[in-house]
Amino acid sequence: MWTSLLIAVGVLLVLAVIFGGLLGFASERFKVEGNPLVDEIDSLLPQTQCGQCGFPGCRPYAESIANGDAINKCPPGGETTIRALADLLDVEPQPLDAEHGVEQAKRVAVIREDECIGCTKCIQACPVDAILGAAKQMHTVIESECTGCDLCVDPCPVDCIDMITIEPDIRSWTWSPPRSGIIATDRAGAGA
Amino acid sequence: MTQLWDFSGGIHPEQHKHLSTACPIRQSSLPERLILPLQQHIGAPAEACVAVGDRVLKGEVIATVPGAVGVPVHAPTSGTIEAISMHPVPHPSGMSDRCITIAPDGLDQWTGREPIADYHALDRDTVLERIRQYGIAGLGGAGFPTNIKLRPPKDRKVSTLILNGAECEPYITADDMTMRERADEIVAGLRVMAWVLRPERCVIAIEDNKPEAIEAVKIATENTRTEVVVIPTKYPSGGEKQLIQILTGMEVPSGGIPADIGVMCQNTGTAIAVSRAIHQGEPLISRVVTVTGRAVSSPGTFDVLLGTPVEHLLAQTGLDSQQLHRLILGGPMMGYTLETPGVPVVKTTNCLIAATAEELPAPPPEQPCIRCGMCAEVCPMELLPQQLFWHSRAGELEKAEHLNLFDCIECGACSYVCPSSIPLVQYYRAAKGEIRVQQAELLKADRARERFEARQARLEREQHEKEQRRKDRAKAAAEAQAKQQAKAEDQPSDDHAARSTLVAAALARKKAKAGKTDAAGPATTDQAEPPDLEALEKQLAQATAKLNTMQSMLEDARAENADNVEQLERAVAKNHDRVKRAETALAGARN
Repeated sequence: MWTSLLIAVGVLLVLAVIFGGLLGFASERFKVEGNPLVDEIDSLLPQTQCGQCGFPGCRPYAESIANGDAINKCPPGGETTIRALADLLDVEPQPLDAEHGVEQAKRVAVIREDECIGCTKCIQACPVDAILGAAKQMHTVIESECTGCDLCVDPCPVDCIDMITIEPDIRSWTWSPPRSGIIATDRAGAGA
Repeated sequence: MTQLWDFSGGIHPEQHKHLSTACPIRQSSLPERLILPLQQHIGAPAEACVAVGDRVLKGEVIATVPGAVGVPVHAPTSGTIEAISMHPVPHPSGMSDRCITIAPDGLDQWTGREPIADYHALDRDTVLERIRQYGIAGLGGAGFPTNIKLRPPKDRKVSTLILNGAECEPYITADDMTMRERADEIVAGLRVMAWVLRPERCVIAIEDNKPEAIEAVKIATENTRTEVVVIPTKYPSGGEKQLIQILTGMEVPSGGIPADIGVMCQNTGTAIAVSRAIHQGEPLISRVVTVTGRAVSSPGTFDVLLGTPVEHLLAQTGLDSQQLHRLILGGPMMGYTLETPGVPVVKTTNCLIAATAEELPAPPPEQPCIRCGMCAEVCPMELLPQQLFWHSRAGELEKAEHLNLFDCIECGACSYVCPSSIPLVQYYRAAKGEIRVQQAELLKADRARERFEARQARLEREQHEKEQRRKDRAKAAAEAQAKQQAKAEDQPSDDHAARSTLVAAALARKKAKAGKTDAAGPATTDQAEPPDLEALEKQLAQATAKLNTMQSMLEDARAENADNVEQLERAVAKNHDRVKRAETALAGARN
């Protein structure tokens, strides 16, 4: 009777050792560098790198979210980003935390070039290297690369940077969804 | 009889074409102002190359395109450039875009026209470049630059060239009337395009509701290999993908272009434009437009200069503004309502419908979907309009995209048959727009992330380099200091050691002599003693030798009674002194 018991224990022990070894090997062999969740969260953030969330850039905030931080600290992303993050993390969407700012229309920094003294302070502040210039030379913002983060406005000693709201033009226009009013006159121009 | 296929779905809306086919194509009168948008094609907008106040001739280039995709804009008549400014343009948004306004001088004076007598003698690229330089973009609707369309990718051989004369949308008769009256020009343009593409088969496809046009085109193509194919009337048979399916039985792959399956579609109007550019040397400055609807008293088809304001056209057809309910640009299925009649006719304008309230009433209110499935039955692209509608409305764009939302040609068949009168196409258009915006934002965010990360990496590297430089400097400084210290330590210790040994040796000598006890005195004298003795002895020997030579010279001089005796005597005396001094010094040292 003891022998059969010992055989069973022995077999289980051997199996445990084999599978333990396999799992150990797999965890080493297929190790994932970094947290993949951080990448996914980062890809949903708007990448303005504005720091309004209190972190120095979007990725640090993504890391913080992955560690359980609130998802409603990103004003540039606004509701859309919060909803996307809530979807990804399977949590309830929360309204934007007003402490970190309010959602605004897309903006772009524009330097009033004749007032620029060429101090390079804004160049150092720009998180995406979207300002071009050199010491004592006029600076200018590369509009297509500007994320509208606002970070260049404060350091400017002569206040020559304006944040301009991007107006929708004929090339960026898109159809709006029909208004589903029950009264026909509400949908004038619904067309199609 | 050519074999024909059928496409799934499709509808048979009321035609209303007879309204505008009663009288031949009329020439529109010259308006007071011509407004030419800088973008009438797909691609980059053109850039004005004239200034306000310039006088331009008919056919002169007034705006050029720097990029690869786009065509120039030409002056439709001679006149003065009045403004280059923002002006409402025909666009569903009703927004303004940059336009050049020309005030015609009424002379209609041509700039030099250069027809090509024999294009066969030319290079195909030269002909394509002329097609571009003469401002030709597709007149069918999208306005794709024709020269680019006529140059399919190298690995795609176009075997079938289709001239689209289907014109399936109700009301529109521009192509119908063109084919009736200008069939010869159409065939001439088709020949040029066929020469460029070298297809195996050329087809002119016409719906069977245009018997006069079929007749005219058949006469024009007699004794040529061009086939005239009569296709059954069904909306949207004039859609590029549907027409290709009808004629070849092949489907254009999702996201692909017709050239992928060796087919190309061109509009009949485009063929005329190509023919005029080559054979008459005339750029694209006018087009045929249908003006119809029950709110105009004499509807018809007009040959209109590009840039003519819509209101000017309407005035010529006797518009009853009391009756006008909606002004639609394009057909009733795919067109859009114009917000202002001030917009100009552009290269893609084919029809203008001034509809009364009975004709095109306001759409009835949208009701809930009853899942009847009629939309799916009529969809010519075999999509699932109902599913697309749910997802588009709920903002589940990913799911809508997964169901091939972007294959939707926005023909409006689904909206037409919907018993709940849901504006389905508008939902799809909005969803498409939203997806495009999101994609653009994603692209921008990706680029911002890349730039941010590159900057972080750069800052880190700079910091690291700075640190490294600082460390290097510190290390170099430390080494230099250490060396100096070592040298400073080395030198004084050697000196000191040498001195102390000397002192020790001297002391030992003194003690050995046991004479003098003065510690400071012997150290200095003894230090100079050994070299002094030797030097003094040497000095003495030298002085003695010199004295001897001098004395012998003096004796010789005395014997010969020479002049220099006195000098020699002085020298001998001097040498005597020297010898004596050396002797005393030596004697003193020896003591």
